[in-house]
Amino acid sequence: MEQEKIQVRTMSQMATEGKMPEYLFWVGCAGSYDARAQKVSVTLCKILNAAGIEFAILGDEEVCTGDPARRAGNEFLFQMLAHQNIGTLSQYGITKIVATCPHCFNTLKNEYPVLGGHYEVIHHTQLIDQLLKEGKIKLKNDDTPSSVTYHDSCYMGRVNGIYEVPRNVLAALQVELKEMPRHASNGLCCGAGGAQMFKEDEPGDKRINTERIEEALKTGTKAVVANCPFCLTMLSDGVKEKDKQNDFMVYDLSELVLQHLDTPDH
Amino acid sequence: MYIAIVLFAIITFIVFYKAGNQFYRVYQNIRLGKPEKIGGDSAKRWRNVLLIAFGQQKMFKKPIPAFLHLFIYTAFLLTQIELLEILVDGFFGVHRFFAQYLGGFYTFIIGMIEVLSALALVATISFLVRRNILKVKRFWKAEMTTWPRLDANIILLAELTLIFAILAMNSADSVLQGIDPEHYHSTGKLPISSWLGPALMSSWSHDWLAWVERIGWWLHVLVVYGFIVYLPYSKHLHIFLAFPNSWFSRLRPRGQMSNMPEITHEVRSMLGIPQDEILAVSGEASTEFGAKDIGQLSWKNLLDAYTCTECGRCTAVCPANLTGKKLSPRKILMDIRDRTEEVSAKLHSGDKKYISKEKLNENVILDASNFDDGRSLFDLIAPEEIFACTACNACVEACPVLIDPLEPILQMRRYQILMESKGPADWVPMFNALESGGAVWQVPDSRSHWTELVEK
Repeated sequence: MEQEKIQVRTMSQMATEGKMPEYLFWVGCAGSYDARAQKVSVTLCKILNAAGIEFAILGDEEVCTGDPARRAGNEFLFQMLAHQNIGTLSQYGITKIVATCPHCFNTLKNEYPVLGGHYEVIHHTQLIDQLLKEGKIKLKNDDTPSSVTYHDSCYMGRVNGIYEVPRNVLAALQVELKEMPRHASNGLCCGAGGAQMFKEDEPGDKRINTERIEEALKTGTKAVVANCPFCLTMLSDGVKEKDKQNDFMVYDLSELVLQHLDTPDH
Repeated sequence: MYIAIVLFAIITFIVFYKAGNQFYRVYQNIRLGKPEKIGGDSAKRWRNVLLIAFGQQKMFKKPIPAFLHLFIYTAFLLTQIELLEILVDGFFGVHRFFAQYLGGFYTFIIGMIEVLSALALVATISFLVRRNILKVKRFWKAEMTTWPRLDANIILLAELTLIFAILAMNSADSVLQGIDPEHYHSTGKLPISSWLGPALMSSWSHDWLAWVERIGWWLHVLVVYGFIVYLPYSKHLHIFLAFPNSWFSRLRPRGQMSNMPEITHEVRSMLGIPQDEILAVSGEASTEFGAKDIGQLSWKNLLDAYTCTECGRCTAVCPANLTGKKLSPRKILMDIRDRTEEVSAKLHSGDKKYISKEKLNENVILDASNFDDGRSLFDLIAPEEIFACTACNACVEACPVLIDPLEPILQMRRYQILMESKGPADWVPMFNALESGGAVWQVPDSRSHWTELVEK
């Protein structure tokens, strides 16, 4: 399969050429540096390319949105980062942002406006759903996994009320969805939020991701689908802990979409 | 006759005086929180009051307790109509004053109360069983010590007594209507007592029936009065506070933490960004960040704490609590209320030993602005609790009366980090990485290095 070369351009490159992309792809710290999340960043680039959507990244001009700093209680650090980002975004006149991380998504969408940053922010799950509906991408429905379960990230689900969209995409993939008992608004956190990702747990009986992966395994499916880089890490760690990495996969929703993308050339 | 009226009047006066004082004190206690204007978008606020508080929409996430609760709630609401008659009868020495004027409508109302009382009886017994025999987990978590458990049982037993009193009173009355229709006006045929009375009491003497009717009446009055006086001390304030609490619940997106304008101001000064008026710090800039004690929490957080009826739905879904960590959102709210009560009691004592040392001089009188008893919320809530929170909002979602347990947790984190420079040691490298490199990890790579993977 010959692949066309996809070039990921930065805003500053675009600006020198006097161009304005449709979307700014907000990569986030995980999407930039975490090996697992990098794959999701790559996946989204390929999907956007297939759909013919022009996008750019900020590259080195992007800094953390500040979500973990803010939720850890470090408001000063959060606001330093936020104001730096807002400055960069306004310098390029950015209006539309797509993010792969629900924490970045939430902070850009809900916490920057009061500080002066107003953008139309969507999560890649929403963009994929939109592209499918508009027919800009099409799916071929061969070798889809027989059934999967879906893990709602807190910051997409409970915090921003996005429950249907990811399920719509799964339906478009014609994959059977077997819900965990705790799903949608009752979904159980993976254990990473509130800056827990960056510290050891307080003393307790078990880890939150263990609790969650046990629930996912009980569905009897072969995979759990998520759409948050931190959930992916937590769930994958849980699978490793249970020594199930050969039987049970942890996918980002976009990865399933890319796998089944019906590209006219091929 | 007159003795009864005088006795009733005295008791009623004492009860309402005492309860009035206590409710006013609760109001004052809530105002010990940080002043904050909460308003706007009244359409949405009315919606919350009607759907969440009045309509109990969020209770129905758990249908069985929701229906049981609904029985008690509607019985309680309708019984208030009967309370009106009790007041009229008590003050004027009349009997079932409204029966003669309302006719069929009276029969309908009292009949409804009887049916709902019977349903409430089922509900109350179920609740007692759930708490004490089935021992539903959330009622037996660590923070549910002797008093909170007893508090719940006292209320349920009071309800049982009340229902028993209503049915005894009405049953005796229904038999008496046949013996002495002059005094005992016809109530029409009531669904329970018109059947229960004759079935149980038809052979009882007139005097004995009259006594039972009076005992039922007084028991009804005294349980209701006892309840009114007891409420401000109990977890049961939600029956009133659910309404204002729904009204004042925050309408901003859940994902938006409260902004700290003082810090916005400072950061903008540092970065040379023009300040805008909305964010201008009004009055003297605060030097205290986050919350150490109730005075630094918003009054809304204190209203939340007084509204909490300790049902534990928040704790039952808290991922930290579920996995054995010490954090329990319900405990945070109970601690905030306990600490508020403690501060309030100390303030009311007027004792000068509670005046902070810097502000102590001859003429100073103890008040909230100079209060310092050397204690804080951190004497009740351990850092281990607040730092275990994943900010997942499950507790916020779970609360049937729109309490936000997350906000005080995050405010206390802010205090620990910004004022005390304490907190999990693991966060220090994250903070340092963010400060120096703008990423959560210390990474040597360029932020766009990953793009090379796209071309592979």
